[in-house]
Amino acid sequence: MEIKVVKKVLGVNDTMAKQNRDMFTEKRVFVLNMMSSPGSGKTTLLEKTLIQIMPEIKTAVIVGDICTSNDADRLAVTGVPVVQVNTDEFGGDCHLAAHVIEKACENIDLDSIDLLIVENVGNLVCPAEFDIGEDARAVVLSVAEGEDKPLKYPLMFRKCDAAILNKTDLLPYLDYDSKQAVNNILQVHPEMPVFELSAKTGDGLESWIDWLKEYVRKKLQA
Amino acid sequence: MHEMGIAMQLVEIASAAIPGDMENIQVEKVNLKLGKLSSVVPDSLRFCFEIITKETLLAGAELCIQEIEVTARCNDCNAEWTITGPAFSCEKCKSGNITIVSGQELEISSIEIADE
Repeated sequence: MEIKVVKKVLGVNDTMAKQNRDMFTEKRVFVLNMMSSPGSGKTTLLEKTLIQIMPEIKTAVIVGDICTSNDADRLAVTGVPVVQVNTDEFGGDCHLAAHVIEKACENIDLDSIDLLIVENVGNLVCPAEFDIGEDARAVVLSVAEGEDKPLKYPLMFRKCDAAILNKTDLLPYLDYDSKQAVNNILQVHPEMPVFELSAKTGDGLESWIDWLKEYVRKKLQA
Repeated sequence: MHEMGIAMQLVEIASAAIPGDMENIQVEKVNLKLGKLSSVVPDSLRFCFEIITKETLLAGAELCIQEIEVTARCNDCNAEWTITGPAFSCEKCKSGNITIVSGQELEISSIEIADE
């Protein structure tokens, strides 16, 4: 006997993500989900970004890592509220799921912020699969990682709204073809904006920050 | 990497679909639609499923995975094609304005119970 079921396996996560999204809309908070492989320079990029947008945009950050509060400690120095989530408490998950974000938000005063940045667990595979209720997604790739990463992890690049090619200050020391890397990103996601920058030196940071500000402004005015 | 969590969800959904008034049933199959773009590894999922169904109502059930191709439609020229590599622009007019039609599925379609 066959019993029809037709249920999405990630349905529970999707339902919770929708609840998160409704909550963020009600509180008028723009949510950016930032993803990357480990070591791409996401935290440094966030440090620099926060310092530049702080006077204008009230921001909080949720940092996801399997272990340690190293990243949260670094970001807290900027003065923004930071909540660290260690997924070892949730079975060492390789990504942040919607229920984790909901729980983390209990420690954030959503009424007092305009922007919530989620620094997801460093991983180019699983985080792409889990909706957390965000408004936009950005993927960070560094020039130390190989030009073909977008072709190897197409889902991540397909599901993001912007890509950042970080650590361009290292280009003189590497056999890295930036043009090829950008082409590979555009093969997977032809209309995606790509920001080539160095979070370390601040070179190229401006256009990324403009993109972010524009997205936040659009949501707040909606 | 997250296949175990997904297998647990599978067991939960499939168990809930078994009619409560049935006794001594043997679930033979759990049918799953799995899009190739869903970042789930079929072999890993089967492996996890087998482990966690032991001593549950689903013990011994086979996880039948129907893999679904990634297909896209061009919003500019209406062409439809199957994506087999990481290139997501229109095969016909090269536009990047496309919609993914299938390939992201991750859903249980049915369960099959042995007839008495």
